[in-house]
Amino acid sequence: MSVQTDVRDALWTDVCGIDAVHPGRGVAVLVDGQQVALFRVDDDVFAVANRDPFSGANVIARGIVGSRGDILKVASPMYKQCFDLRTGRCLEEPDVALATFAVRARNGRVEIASR
Amino acid sequence: MVGHKLVETFVQLGGTATWDVLVVGEEPRPAYDRVALSSYFSGATAEDLSLVAPGFFDVEGLALRTSERIVAIDRIAQTVSTSGGDVLAYDALVLATGSYPFVPPVPGSDLPGCFVYRTIEDLDAIEEWAGRCERGAVVGGGLLGLEAANALHQLGLETHVVEFAPRLMPAQIDEGGAAVLRRRVEELGVTVHTGMATEEIVGRSAGMTFRFAGDDHPDLDVDMVVFSAGIRPRDELARASGVEVGERGGVVVDDACRTSDPNIYAIGECALAHGRVYGLVAPGYEMARVTAAQVLGGDAAFAGADMSTKLKLMGVDVASFGDNFGQTPGSQSVTHSDPVANVYKRLVLDERGTTVLGGVLVGDASMYLTLTQMARGDMPTPDHPNELILPGRDGDSVGIGALSAAATVCSCNNVTTAAICASIDDGHCDLGAVKAATRAGTGCGGCTPLVTELLKHELRQRGVVVNNNLCEHFSYSRQELFDIVRVQRISSFSEVLGAYGMGRGCEICKPAVASMLASLGGGHILDGEQATLQDTNDHFLANLQRNGTYSVVPRVPGGEITPAQLIVLGEVARDFGLYTKITGGQRIDMFGARVDQLPLIWQRLVDAGFESGHAYGKALRTVKSCVGSTWCRYGVQDSTSLAIQLELRYRGLRAPHKIKSAVSGCTRECAEAQSKDFGVIATERGWNLYVAGNGGMRPQHAVLFAEDLGTDDLIRYIDRFLMFYVRTADRLERTATWFNKLEGGVEYLRRVVIDDALGIGPELDAAMAQHVESYACEWKATVDDPVRLERFRTFVNCDEPDPDLVFVPERGQRRPARPDEKRRLLVRSV
Ligand code: SRM
Ligand SMILES: Cc1cc2nc3c(=O)[nH]c(=O)nc-3n(C[C@H](O)[C@H](O)[C@H](O)COP(=O)(O)OP(=O)(O)OC[C@H]3O[C@@H](n4cnc5c(N)ncnc54)[C@H](O)[C@@H]3O)c2cc1C
Ligand code: SF4
Ligand code: FES
Repeated sequence: MSVQTDVRDALWTDVCGIDAVHPGRGVAVLVDGQQVALFRVDDDVFAVANRDPFSGANVIARGIVGSRGDILKVASPMYKQCFDLRTGRCLEEPDVALATFAVRARNGRVEIASR
Repeated sequence: MVGHKLVETFVQLGGTATWDVLVVGEEPRPAYDRVALSSYFSGATAEDLSLVAPGFFDVEGLALRTSERIVAIDRIAQTVSTSGGDVLAYDALVLATGSYPFVPPVPGSDLPGCFVYRTIEDLDAIEEWAGRCERGAVVGGGLLGLEAANALHQLGLETHVVEFAPRLMPAQIDEGGAAVLRRRVEELGVTVHTGMATEEIVGRSAGMTFRFAGDDHPDLDVDMVVFSAGIRPRDELARASGVEVGERGGVVVDDACRTSDPNIYAIGECALAHGRVYGLVAPGYEMARVTAAQVLGGDAAFAGADMSTKLKLMGVDVASFGDNFGQTPGSQSVTHSDPVANVYKRLVLDERGTTVLGGVLVGDASMYLTLTQMARGDMPTPDHPNELILPGRDGDSVGIGALSAAATVCSCNNVTTAAICASIDDGHCDLGAVKAATRAGTGCGGCTPLVTELLKHELRQRGVVVNNNLCEHFSYSRQELFDIVRVQRISSFSEVLGAYGMGRGCEICKPAVASMLASLGGGHILDGEQATLQDTNDHFLANLQRNGTYSVVPRVPGGEITPAQLIVLGEVARDFGLYTKITGGQRIDMFGARVDQLPLIWQRLVDAGFESGHAYGKALRTVKSCVGSTWCRYGVQDSTSLAIQLELRYRGLRAPHKIKSAVSGCTRECAEAQSKDFGVIATERGWNLYVAGNGGMRPQHAVLFAEDLGTDDLIRYIDRFLMFYVRTADRLERTATWFNKLEGGVEYLRRVVIDDALGIGPELDAAMAQHVESYACEWKATVDDPVRLERFRTFVNCDEPDPDLVFVPERGQRRPARPDEKRRLLVRSV
């Protein structure tokens, strides 16, 4: 797992209002020079790297959200590989994964843990 | 042609290590593809036709002399003398002198304006002369004669074909086939005169008059004649030097392609092997291979060759194979003829009717490969052979199943049908597994639909039940789901997922349902939940590019654009630094826009009157046009106006896949309408409608659906055709693929669209009327709406552009940096 920070002690960075993230769709945020894709599914928020490892373009936030079995996933809009929203792992090529970020929704805001 | 094949084979066999090869040819250029000669008139250059790779002769042991003729052979001294005055010694001499066109000894056949059709120079001369005249005749209605006639016709001449025999192509096809061929040829505007013996040709001050034998035949006035009445082997060198030639010409050779002089070989059209001259290139190539081996001491033999042929003459498939005329004692024939579709097929079977011996196919030769294999005994004849020539009821069996084992399915990774079948045999039963095992579909991804179709077909062949489910979230096919959404008047994805699906949906079912909702008139595609269903292209109303930027394609109906509009496009592209290119769809694409720039760009375009071009949508793309009767000297209808009218009518129509169209102003077809989902070609009396064509991966010509239509009927038929397709096609299925699977083919489609056999005509009409009425430009509706504009942000927490975007200049514009360039540039700027 890529979230190694102790979440309780982490420095949380406020990134945007929860309303900016539409349910079922992603948005991108720039946090300390890092591009992060945020997704909202029901009441959960997920944060993964915005860079698509297959094309090198920063487009993951523009993918379609869905499920495969029990896995919540996003499909890269470029070549359509799917990534597990929780773990970042690519479902077609398990050697490839997106970095994930600790994220929480508080008081109508979305916060990401700085690493 | 055959001579060059010999040299190529000789080089491949390593012959040049021990031999010096000299090629002497009378024509001014190295060997070229005579079979494709006619393409010279449709734009191929002499270089395109060349068979000789550049530098081929620049090696030790090979030499070429062009524009030089061999004038004599001295067999005792083993030398030849050339028109340039040289005398050259040989150890082995190969005659590959081909043939010359036979010109019947009719008085007047040497008048100026008389031509033959064999070399590039002949074609140059014909073209030059044709530029000054209006009417031409071709003497000879065989294979080459029809090719020549097509050429004259394409050069814009009123064209006549004069054939001595009572039917066209008497050597290859029977009466039934010839009748169909004749109808097709005449439909194209070429007049056919059969059973006509030319008595004399009389010169006039300009042009000439044909006088025919028999009183009741009126004279024919033309300005030029092309003789194409058969070929005669060029055996004059052999004849003069005492090498044996046949009674009716041709240098006699044995199985080793050796002539009566053991040091002299003859191959190709000048040779008489097994008592016949083969006027086709394939047997000639076989002789070349045999001779190359023989000269090097091998013992290859020429066993004779099959005269089966399949060609496309003036757009008509014509094939004959095996015992095409049923000459085998006791043989019997079955024929199928469809005078409406202009198709004729004859199958010759053995006495018991159980084995295919040969046949003739005109108008539809899709079964040619299979049938020739049966006639050669390479494939068993099935139980009811007569069904082989009935119109395909199972489109699948002549579609994907007809792919040969060696056919390349994935061109990125060079994966063949055979490799995919092998991986299925190894137990790979879904697309992912087949892709992983063969690498097919892992490059550009363009072949994925084909791989999927092949996989389904193969699984079905192996008795596996293949379901047509859209994806894991819906146990319905697209068509079933479409009917559910339509009949239940469903208006959102959540609703259909809740009631008919499971899970949360995915990148397959979400855009598919979005497209259905849009086809059924579901409001702006970016409103509410609909926005979350769209693929990124539809989501940002632009096309995603490899670096994450987007392209902008405004609609240019029919490709007609004013100078003022061009200036606007130029200014917008300049101001936003967009790379600009003319597309293959007769409009202008501007590349490299960031998400946040899209609304600014579109605001300017909308203000100038431009609309969305839907290049991003599974929707109508373009209706290409030609200038038509307005400007073109050949145009018979105003194709540009019709194209614009059609593009405006169907713009924005959401469909299972993209839809393309074109309108040409005459039969020259400059707009390429026959490669479109629906295409229109002007006739003297109205419009011909073609449907279900495709360019792209698996090109397919559109089929003629209805002829000489008035504009109202034309539009009604297209309305119904499109709506029927939208309702019944599978996801990501172009009209061509859909049509190929349609039981009953074009007749069925005609019954649905023209005769309204299903009784859904008025409903389809109403659906299209509703589309036309409710159309609104998505981009205008977007730039006018602050809520919709909110999504066009690169980052929601700041206004920075994507810092990773790097461009480099190229030919006066900018393009995305390649990874290596990007690394260099980013390092330097840090
Ligand atoms: C821009 C253009 C090439 C050009 O520089 O000229 C183009 C570009 C693309 N084509 Fe095309 N095609 C373009 C004309 C064509 C043509 C020629 C034509 O329309 O006359 C064809 C063959 C005709 C046909 O479709 O039958 C063509 C056959 C394809 C195919 C294969 C379709 C098939 O049925 O096999 C695809 C892939 C697909 O749609 O699944 C494709 C897909 C694409 C996509 C959308 C690929 C993608 O997903 O990024 C390209 C993106 C366009 C962009 O970013 O703006 N493009 N493409 C042409 C745009 C025409 C326009 O103005 O709308
Ligand atoms: C318009 C057209 C369409 C055709 N379509 C088909 C088709 O669809 N399918 C098919 O199988 N076949 C087709 N053919 C026939 C095919 O082109 C011939 O079978 C093939 O070209 C024969 O090859 P060849 O080498 O024997 O003769 P050629 O290709 O004619 O080559 C002979 C060469 O020898 C030269 N030559 C002759 N005498 C001398 C000399 N004394 N000294 C030096 N050089 C000499 C000639 O100038 C010529 O360049 C077509 C032919 C034409 C004209
Ligand atoms: S298709 Fe159009 S442009 Fe081409 S020759 Fe005919 S009318 Fe002219
Ligand atoms: S053709 Fe198969 S991936 Fe490109």
